[in-house]
Amino acid sequence: SQSQSTLLSIFSQEYQKQIKRTHAKHHTAEAIETYYQRYLNGVMKNAAAPVLLELANEVDFAPSLMARIVLERFLQEKEQALPSKTLINSMLRDPSQIPDGVLANQVYQCTVNDCCYGPLVDCIKHAIGHEHEVLLREMLLEKNLSFIAEDQLRAKGYDKTPDFILEVPVAVEGHIIHWIESKASFGDESSHQAYLQDQFWSYWNRY
Amino acid sequence: MGAETFTLAGELLTAFRCWEELSCFGVRKHENHVHDKLVSLSLLQKDFVPFLLNFLREQTSQILTNGPSTPAKTPNSKAHRSQRTGPERRAGHATSSRVQLFTQRTLVTTCTTDISFSPAAASSSSSSFSGSNLSSPCGDCPSVASSSSPSFGYSPVLNHGEKRSSQKASLGSFLTATPEALPARRGRKKGSVSASGRQVARDLGRSLADEEDGKHDGVSWSGGRRKRSEVPLVSARSPPSQLNLNNLEEFPPMGAASGWTNKSKPSRRINPTPVSAERPLSKPKMCFTSTPVSQSPAARFSSRSSLEAFTAVQEGNLMSVKSNSLQEEREMLKKERCKLLHQASSPSGISPDPGTPTKPSYTRSASLPAESHLVTCANPAKVSCKKQLECLAQLYSSCIAENLVPNIFLELFFVLQLLTSKGTSTAEDGDSDLEIDERSTDASERQHFRSVHNCVYFAVQVLGYQYEILSRLEKGMLKLLAENERIASFSPTLHERLRQAYESSTAKVSLLLPCSVQSVSFQPETDNRSNFPSDRAFHIFKKQRDIFYELLREWEDNHEKTGWDFERVLGSKIRAMMAHLSATCNHSHFARLFQKQLIQMCKGPIGGGASLGDTPDQDVLNMLGSDNLSRLKRLQERFVVPQSIRGPCPPPSFPGCQQFFRDFILSAGSYQFNQHLMDSLCLQILELDGLTLVEHEHSDGEADMDEQDEKKRFTVVLLSLRLLAKFLGFLVFLPYRTVEQPTRDLQDSAVALRNQTLPVLDVLKLLRQSIRDQRSILTIPWIVEYLSLVDYIAPFLDYYRKVFCLLLQVYRLMVLSEDKEMSFLNKLLILAVLGWLFQVPSVPEELFFTTDARQEGFMVDTVTSAQALDSVPLVDQQLLYTCCPYLGELRKLLASFVAGSGAKNGGFIRKITPTAAESLAPKASVTQRKLQVELEQAFFHNQPPSLRRTVEFVAERVGSNCVKHIKATLVAELVQRAEGMLQEKVKEEDANHDKLLEEVCAHLYEEGAQALIKGREFCKKKGPEAVRVLLPEETSAAVLSSAEDIAVELATEKACGWLSANIAALIKREVKATFNRMLKVPGPPLPGEDALELRRDCPPGCQHCAPFPSQIINEIKDVLCVAVGPRDKGEVVDCVWLECLLGRLSQTLQCRKFMCPTSEQQLAKCTVELASLLVSDRVPLSLRVKSAEKSSEMLRVKYNPTYGLLKLLLSVWKEDFGTPVPVQLIFSTKNMGYFAEVKQREWDLFLFMLHGLVEHKLMRTSEIESCLHGLEELPWPLEFLKELEMLSRVFLSEHQREEPRTNPCELTRQSPGTVTAQS
Repeated sequence: SQSQSTLLSIFSQEYQKQIKRTHAKHHTAEAIETYYQRYLNGVMKNAAAPVLLELANEVDFAPSLMARIVLERFLQEKEQALPSKTLINSMLRDPSQIPDGVLANQVYQCTVNDCCYGPLVDCIKHAIGHEHEVLLREMLLEKNLSFIAEDQLRAKGYDKTPDFILEVPVAVEGHIIHWIESKASFGDESSHQAYLQDQFWSYWNRY
Repeated sequence: MGAETFTLAGELLTAFRCWEELSCFGVRKHENHVHDKLVSLSLLQKDFVPFLLNFLREQTSQILTNGPSTPAKTPNSKAHRSQRTGPERRAGHATSSRVQLFTQRTLVTTCTTDISFSPAAASSSSSSFSGSNLSSPCGDCPSVASSSSPSFGYSPVLNHGEKRSSQKASLGSFLTATPEALPARRGRKKGSVSASGRQVARDLGRSLADEEDGKHDGVSWSGGRRKRSEVPLVSARSPPSQLNLNNLEEFPPMGAASGWTNKSKPSRRINPTPVSAERPLSKPKMCFTSTPVSQSPAARFSSRSSLEAFTAVQEGNLMSVKSNSLQEEREMLKKERCKLLHQASSPSGISPDPGTPTKPSYTRSASLPAESHLVTCANPAKVSCKKQLECLAQLYSSCIAENLVPNIFLELFFVLQLLTSKGTSTAEDGDSDLEIDERSTDASERQHFRSVHNCVYFAVQVLGYQYEILSRLEKGMLKLLAENERIASFSPTLHERLRQAYESSTAKVSLLLPCSVQSVSFQPETDNRSNFPSDRAFHIFKKQRDIFYELLREWEDNHEKTGWDFERVLGSKIRAMMAHLSATCNHSHFARLFQKQLIQMCKGPIGGGASLGDTPDQDVLNMLGSDNLSRLKRLQERFVVPQSIRGPCPPPSFPGCQQFFRDFILSAGSYQFNQHLMDSLCLQILELDGLTLVEHEHSDGEADMDEQDEKKRFTVVLLSLRLLAKFLGFLVFLPYRTVEQPTRDLQDSAVALRNQTLPVLDVLKLLRQSIRDQRSILTIPWIVEYLSLVDYIAPFLDYYRKVFCLLLQVYRLMVLSEDKEMSFLNKLLILAVLGWLFQVPSVPEELFFTTDARQEGFMVDTVTSAQALDSVPLVDQQLLYTCCPYLGELRKLLASFVAGSGAKNGGFIRKITPTAAESLAPKASVTQRKLQVELEQAFFHNQPPSLRRTVEFVAERVGSNCVKHIKATLVAELVQRAEGMLQEKVKEEDANHDKLLEEVCAHLYEEGAQALIKGREFCKKKGPEAVRVLLPEETSAAVLSSAEDIAVELATEKACGWLSANIAALIKREVKATFNRMLKVPGPPLPGEDALELRRDCPPGCQHCAPFPSQIINEIKDVLCVAVGPRDKGEVVDCVWLECLLGRLSQTLQCRKFMCPTSEQQLAKCTVELASLLVSDRVPLSLRVKSAEKSSEMLRVKYNPTYGLLKLLLSVWKEDFGTPVPVQLIFSTKNMGYFAEVKQREWDLFLFMLHGLVEHKLMRTSEIESCLHGLEELPWPLEFLKELEMLSRVFLSEHQREEPRTNPCELTRQSPGTVTAQS
């Protein structure tokens, strides 16, 4: 009886975990070469076919990431140098910039069809995060809790900032709450652990 | 027997009495003449006490040995001996409590004392009493000592024993012979005795101040030291050479001192050693340890060496005495003593029962049934030598009462050991024992303490005298005392008193504090970017903060695990962090963080919670709460495990969380960090030490509350200070720390070297100040913590020697009683911590007995300042036990005696919530206009102190708020204006930015002057408001207005002072920051952004119930997925649904609440993609008839739903988006590629799109034109290229033609046809 978004979030996290596990194996020089050759062959046969997407599905890898691998390889060949990360990212965001039309289509297809990675998904995640922050703010206002929001904190020069710091701490089920961070995702053990490492301890260290 | 009984000890006692009398005399006369005598007497006193203590320890050693229950109670003589031999002993046993052994020194001096004091002998020897003489016995003794015990150093026991026995004999005989010798005055009557004692000491201090200078102390201390550090053998061989001739200069030759009434000839010295060689019941000589004792180093030394230790004082007599035969001396002594005895009155003053001290207990005990249930029955009826024991108890108690013992609680611990002693078997038959004893030639050889009965009797007597201290101990302790069967059977009166004390006591103590480990909060004033020299430093510190806490957490989680090693696990991380700190010079920031975290975590009594319950102290106190069963169990285990009792003098340690910080410092090993940390600690200590903590006059109503608050605040400040001081001490002495005591040579050179350096923190000054200002209750405890970490050399440095001397003086003069100057518990705390300090391993043993407290003139002239604390009852048992957890040892001892019945001891644990230290508002500086100031002072003088506090507080706050307000208003406004000016100028000319900035700022400075005016206004407005609110309603109008005026004045002074000094810099800083920000954001705001601004808000009446952006993006993504493919056969997008989606998109875009820029941009991009796909016919739309009918628009557009959708999109782009929509993406290669791939190209859809773009002013014709031209450059299929060219021609011609037209619909309807026709 969980909401769809919760399930999606869980799925997404599990998928990401799996991708993380296999990430390295797709990034060996041999793998990259294989993928690139398969892409070239596939496109040669039929440029309109979803070559990259199918390849990604076949090797069980996120399509966006597959697109990135091939794009990187492609640019490397073309420029005779490793392309910069920003360039790659920008091309993934807007495949129109990709100098090869076929590849652009393939890449776009990948990013659009990827459920967990890619600029589009990132943006959705970001949007969800933002929305939940707004919702949280609403709730705080509703409960008449005075808080300092992230932007205010930044303006004051805080180095690391949670979404909200409560100006007057509150107790929730016997725990004192000093700050709130909205994550808008399912809080399973490992993701909590990761966030703890990245953010929460930093907050705890300060507030 | 007769002759022998009159021996040294007896004389000692009389001498002691004599000293007492003299001191009274001295007080009475209070004149210069007396001083010399007093001096000598004080030296006598010095020698007597160690002798007495040693005597008691030795006497009881056997009984304590026999009782095996706790090793603490029963020092094993053999073990001691062996341990004592090596110099390393000390270091090795640092953990166990130490008792100082004063063996040889004592012995020697004793003789001197006796003689000099015998009033009759007095005539000749004024000289003998002049300073140096007193200790002369060492001079006398050498011959004896060397001859009798050449091998002393390595077989201390034997020689020792011999000497000892003689000593003992003397005391013992005294006891047998002169039970009534003690005059009434000797009692614990506080008034006369204590007062006189203090007076004397003061006099001493004064009188000696002149004649003494640095030299003297140097000699005495280092002299003692030196001896100890050397191998005993060597020193034993050449004792005279060790004597410092300089002393003769310093201590005037014998004849020099004048005014000595009881003169004695130097020749009268008695050398006690040879008196009796036999010692039938000889016990291990050194065992006067009452505690598990790591032996005090003094014990190691042979008698000889200890003689040398006897410092300058003793040397003076060297030549004089040797010739005399001991026999002669004895005779003299005997006579003297007889006289004294006759003079002496009965000891009524001492014992609770004035009549006959022995009787009551005797009768009482007789009536009691034998307590068979005790481990060993202590039977009052079996007590032998009662009179002697009573005498001893009296004497001993007096020493304790007058602070003549180095550590009161150590003695109490010893007494309790006696009380709880268990071994008796050897001396079960008291009577026969007694007989034997009496038959022995030397009375001191008699074992007065051979039976448990005697020990207990003695202990109960002493406890009776010490009732006052006992009654102030914590409740659990009182309970154990009140329930102690031995006390009950030996002294029902004491039992009754203790019971009453217990019942009325409220002093429950718990050392269990809830540990709230919290991080240090980020404070923008000190922690934000502007406090760092560079961005890099700031960001690195950000990381360091996190690393630090990561380390801390790791430590917290793991340090208790076995095999976890701080250095191994964290060492390299810490050093890496230090390297980073050094690279960016962030030390001061980190030191501050470190220090704050330290205080936060370790303020509690046992250093924070991490290892709560780990220290044995803790567990025992936990017993108070029997609710916790597991703890109780553990506790009982502790009692079974002998090591748990560590004795009342544990060496300094870093319990709990403190350990982390100590190890951190050690692992870091960073000089820079240490230095910064020391700076930080010093500052913090000075601040806390100077806080005004107490208001002295309370108006009636608020008194209670205030006092409570004051106590709390005091506690917090005191504990923080102690913690900080401990760490400061640790850091300061860290470089000099050695595992072992350095040798004499090393010590001398080290002293010479280090005497040159200045102390990091001038504790001497602070100590003097605190005594003068009567704030020693705050200052001494932390100075003790600081000093407890001294290295072995430091106490010998001129500077620290002075500090120790002063502390010693304080200790000596602080007689326990309730008086106006200081409350009882305040004193008890000071005595407890000082007593502990004197037992700290690195504090030289000689310190207590050999140091002349004279060098450091005690400042009698205390100033009654408003900050005085000593007279305020600030210390309660909780604080006492928190500061001195080792006091819990007493209780442990008793509790272990009741072994097994621990569970009976119920109680509850009072949790103490640690409160954060609130810093008090610093006093506003009042410097101007003297008269005005005086008037103000006068005004406050007659008002309750809270008024002044309020006014100062208000002034401080208002002043500060004023500055903040000015910053937020005036400065912000100026900065805004500056921004405008800068923006224009930057556009105009690419001029030098710095110069530009300068110009603009200069312009603003003038206006900045307004700040002062505005500040004044602010203070004038806010000050009175605050004062009015804070002062009592009933304050009279005149007082109120004066208070307001003063507050306003002070606040204005503060605010304007700051503003006038800083406003220009502030403006410049802010403007610069803004300017930099401006330069970073490229380009001035676009005109389009204005429109954007307009859309920031939701339309009026918006309910914010539009779909979330994320959802819309998601849905559009789904559409794109289908459109881009791959898709299943028959997979379609419902046209109406899509239309509806676009409708919702519009809603979402209109409601701005959940929208963020990235979402919006993404939406814009996605919709453009969608449009391209629509135009390329890539979206498999399913056209449902129903919906088609509904949509009239669609019907109009040739039944192709795509037109409708495109129209919707165009309108959304135009109307609803706040960000620019990247419509030009339609012309991207990729999107045109889609179009090119379509077999049946719908050029009219494309054209429709182009027109739409123009009509909605999303693109200009020229822009489209250039896009189209751009496309024509690309390698398209020829056919497509042709069509494209055509399209562009059509578009341009039509558009140029239609340009002036205002109705777009017409155009759109027209154009498609033409295009299709052409394709």
